[in-house]
Amino acid sequence: MDYILQILGPLLDGTVVTLQVFLLTMVLAVPLGLGLALVRVSHFRFASGLVSGYIWLMRGTPLMLQMLFIYFALPFVPVIGIRLPDFPAAIVAFTLNYAAYFAEIFRSGIQSVGRGQYEAARVLGMTYGQTMRRIILPQVVKRILPPMSNETITLVKDTSLIYVLAMNDLLRAARGMVQRDFTTMPFVVAAAFYLIMTLVLTWGFMRLEKRYAVYED
Amino acid sequence: MIVARDIRKQFHGVEVLKGVSLAIGKGDVIAVIGPSGSGKSTFLRCLNHLETIDGGQLTIEGEVLASTDEQGICRYAPEPEARRICRKMGMVFQHFNLFPHMTVLQNIIEAPLTVKGMTREAIIPKAEELLRKVGLLDKSAAYPSRLSGGQKQRVAIARALAMEPDIMLFDEPTSALDPELTGEVLRTMRQLAEEHMTMLVVTHEMNFARDVSSEVVFMDQGEIVEARPATEMFADPRHPRTRSFLEHML
Repeated sequence: MDYILQILGPLLDGTVVTLQVFLLTMVLAVPLGLGLALVRVSHFRFASGLVSGYIWLMRGTPLMLQMLFIYFALPFVPVIGIRLPDFPAAIVAFTLNYAAYFAEIFRSGIQSVGRGQYEAARVLGMTYGQTMRRIILPQVVKRILPPMSNETITLVKDTSLIYVLAMNDLLRAARGMVQRDFTTMPFVVAAAFYLIMTLVLTWGFMRLEKRYAVYED
Repeated sequence: MIVARDIRKQFHGVEVLKGVSLAIGKGDVIAVIGPSGSGKSTFLRCLNHLETIDGGQLTIEGEVLASTDEQGICRYAPEPEARRICRKMGMVFQHFNLFPHMTVLQNIIEAPLTVKGMTREAIIPKAEELLRKVGLLDKSAAYPSRLSGGQKQRVAIARALAMEPDIMLFDEPTSALDPELTGEVLRTMRQLAEEHMTMLVVTHEMNFARDVSSEVVFMDQGEIVEARPATEMFADPRHPRTRSFLEHML
């Protein structure tokens, strides 16, 4: 028990790093994903194709590789070559990667809304922008809650990948203790921390789903 | 109010409208009848630009929505202009197309708020008045999924009327309804006709066509075969195709 109390502090520090990566990625990747999805479903063929290529690239290569690339290789890329410190590099990689997944979730949600909704909005005189904002996207939110919940929980656990940039997230902190103290107890505590975080998320998404249950499609 | 001249429309090389012309005057209630696949719904949807015509001319209250030049190239008015012109026509769909995430009242006030920029104070009393008219004031806080088909369609009519259109287009408004629910929708439409609303109704309801409409248009295979005052059309259809269709339906 004393041992657990003793490791709690450093593990909480690691949890703070984990939560920072998680929250920043969500705040940045959700709007970016929405933007990508809107371009993807638009009639601008060229831009839509570019987004498809982007999504293919981001989903087709490991997140860890993307992170390593942004941290180690980006400084040597001509023109855009910039050197990012470890934390911003991780955030950029996570945002770019998760935006691609979110974009696909948004796209499937947008395309699941029937043509009749667009036509009804159109005959009422609404522009495409108004139709998206007032009619289509509010309905999309309800439809994408289950896949978004999935993806968000995956993100919590993916944050542990930042150890490759030598950042002390929850899992890396635990591993350090395991190796130092010859006990696996820190892993058990870390698992409990992850479970608590995903429990909060699950609960939050359940509440959202309940709120959106007031209407049926 | 609407003049459609020589409207042509193809879908994937198949000609579904082969030069349809029709003039709709103020206060006219025109029923468009005909077998399925005759192009009657497509024609209606061409009027308010839900479908893009390939040839011909569309004039709405004296403003040109689309016209075709000598080279046969069909051009529409620029998008904001076209949207403004089309706003003079309200439309009711076969499958209602209510906004499921909004209550009945929100469905009705949405377009006046976002499109016309009206204030809630100005539109809500009007929306309630419309709901009273279609007999659904008590449902104003309900979501569409809680309503019967007939109630949904009456809300859809109120929603279209809230934009104060000069013309109402109905695309088979009772075809998706259980037979016992068509009456309430037809009553609402009849009431509108009595208030001298200009209406164009694509329908399979022969009783409505005969009793309410001023003129009946019979379409078949992408053309208007016969267009005459309702009483004449039903008493004495001239064209053999009209006659055989009406015999089938009545």
